Amino acid sequence: MGIDRRKFLTIAGLTAASVIGRKALGDSLSVAPESNLLPEENRLIGHRWAMVVDLRKCKEQHNCTKCIDACNAVHNIPQFDNPKDEVKWIWKEHFKEAFPNQEKEYILEGLLETPITVMCNHCDNPPCVRVCPTQATWKREDGIVMMDMHRCIGCRYCVAACPYGSRSFNWRDPRPFIKEINKDYPTRTRGVVEKCNFCAERLARGQMPACVEACEEKALIFGDLEDPDSEVRALLRENFAIRRKPNLGTNPEVYYIV
Amino acid sequence: MLEKALVGDKKYWTWVGFLLVVIGIGFIAYLRQLANGLTVTGLSRDVTWGFYIAQFTFLVGVAASAVMVVLPYYLHNYKAFGKLTILGEFVAISSVIMCMLFIFVDMGQPFRIMNVILHPTPNSLMFWDMFVLSGYLVLNVLISRITLDSERKGIAPPGWIKPIILLSIPWAISIHTVTAFLYSGLAARAFWMTAVLAPRFLASAFASGPALLILIVFVIRKYTRFDPGKEPVQKLAEIVTYAMAFNIFLILMEVFTVLYSSIPEHIEHFQFLFLGLHGNNTLVPWMWTSVILAILALILLINPKTRRNESVLGVACVAVFASIWIDKGLGMVVTGFTPSPLGAVTKYWPTWNELLIAIGVYAIGFLMVTVFYKITLSLRGEISAPAKIEEKARVGSTV
Ligand code: SF4
Ligand code: SF4
Repeated sequence: MGIDRRKFLTIAGLTAASVIGRKALGDSLSVAPESNLLPEENRLIGHRWAMVVDLRKCKEQHNCTKCIDACNAVHNIPQFDNPKDEVKWIWKEHFKEAFPNQEKEYILEGLLETPITVMCNHCDNPPCVRVCPTQATWKREDGIVMMDMHRCIGCRYCVAACPYGSRSFNWRDPRPFIKEINKDYPTRTRGVVEKCNFCAERLARGQMPACVEACEEKALIFGDLEDPDSEVRALLRENFAIRRKPNLGTNPEVYYIV
Repeated sequence: MLEKALVGDKKYWTWVGFLLVVIGIGFIAYLRQLANGLTVTGLSRDVTWGFYIAQFTFLVGVAASAVMVVLPYYLHNYKAFGKLTILGEFVAISSVIMCMLFIFVDMGQPFRIMNVILHPTPNSLMFWDMFVLSGYLVLNVLISRITLDSERKGIAPPGWIKPIILLSIPWAISIHTVTAFLYSGLAARAFWMTAVLAPRFLASAFASGPALLILIVFVIRKYTRFDPGKEPVQKLAEIVTYAMAFNIFLILMEVFTVLYSSIPEHIEHFQFLFLGLHGNNTLVPWMWTSVILAILALILLINPKTRRNESVLGVACVAVFASIWIDKGLGMVVTGFTPSPLGAVTKYWPTWNELLIAIGVYAIGFLMVTVFYKITLSLRGEISAPAKIEEKARVGSTV
């Protein structure tokens, strides 16, 4: 009798769980039909995604913020009045802050005033992944360093480990500070870390990253480093490019043409 | 055994009541942080760890320092520490629990704490820190429980506890070493990336922990009949002296390497600490106070005449403890973030809310130490004959 009852409860429990599970899945599917759970036919596949920033073009457009605006809009990035709470995925830095160990004074005259577009470098040897105690930060096979906001405990060890200041913590609830919510991308909660994800969700739908698409000057170029015919490879072949803090061995995959 | 904590005089209850009030205030402050997020702290995008993590780091040292009484007693058979070992272990237990609480109040998503266990990540030093800290807690709870129990029964502790006690010695070293690795393994933060960080941590721990123990002995000697005698206090004072001297030596090593090599990335942090950087000199007065206290303490401790004078020794111990607390509990963590890897110099100072939570955690630690000591001392009162009668008479009269 006891066994029967237990069996009954187990079956009942499993049934309930599967109903709830299917419902949750169904809901998420109806919200985002092109959810990246489903292999999309036209999705972009890369073996080592990378970004090239052509600073010569940025130099011409000093006050341009199109890439930043596009990213902010697409990813529901909150705008706080207090810089202490700031969340940034892509932003501009002074040359000497972005490249602190670079020889500057006379060699790079002219570049020193150029605002440098910076973001997560999706390092090949990312210290942020190494330190994360919950695997909430991990590296995909195509090199994109991803964040699982549901896994993150908000210890901020990854923030301490990133040598590029690429990570932001949600000090307060970001939702009331999002100007216009984009329903295709989740908003975040308080207490987790976030950063640029190379628009993994757009690649899955066959689209280029939002910043790349928004840049009319074509100063941002995205592509597969392992494909010798890709645009990024062609650019790196023909131009002199530098990376941020190469001495740390993190192997950043964002290149700057100077 | 716990019932021993429930009988006490007025002084005892006033102290316990005071601690409970402080804990209550801290708890309310924590609820406020839970409701609003860590934005109620002084932390920011550039300085992401602050007062909480600094207290954690400092207290790991206090916890580890129990080894300074356990080791001479068990390894070198130094009998004079007999009465002190258990007190050292209780300080260790309370400190480890405070460490865990400080980590907990610093988390953005505290209710996900189990993720660290559900998704064990051996490549993260935070995983190892959690492992060694909880292991150390278990070891000390077990050891103090067993030894206290045998003491109560008036028998020798069981033989199997000896290897566990011996294990607790390297384990104590490991908790502070792994905590240092948490910092010194980060290429992004030049200030922490130094191989002497772990030895420095240990040296400062072996100075501040025993200094605290001396002060505790002075306090309980005043309020109870407990007295370990002059000899162990003097022995502890010697330990504090050597550890403090070595600690200062290691800091000077660091200063030399940084200043003489003069790599800007490394120098800037020291500038921030001792001179101020880009108008941010929040820590400058504190750090100089720490330096002066350290020198004063060293003078008082090295000179045998002053060291043997117990009231001067008390001053020296306060100086050691305060100096190291400033160095680790204020300077160490924030300076790693100032300037940030992008050169940003952001002011950080704990907010009231943050301080109240931290004080609340400390009050929990003090409460634990008080209760543990109360139990131990009452038990000991029962063991020694004249005290036994007195204690019985007192308990009898209150019933
Ligand atoms: S730039 Fe920072 S956040 Fe991005 S992968 Fe590298 S270490 Fe991680
Ligand atoms: S804050 Fe989140 S992502 Fe960063 S290390 Fe901690 S758990 Fe990992």
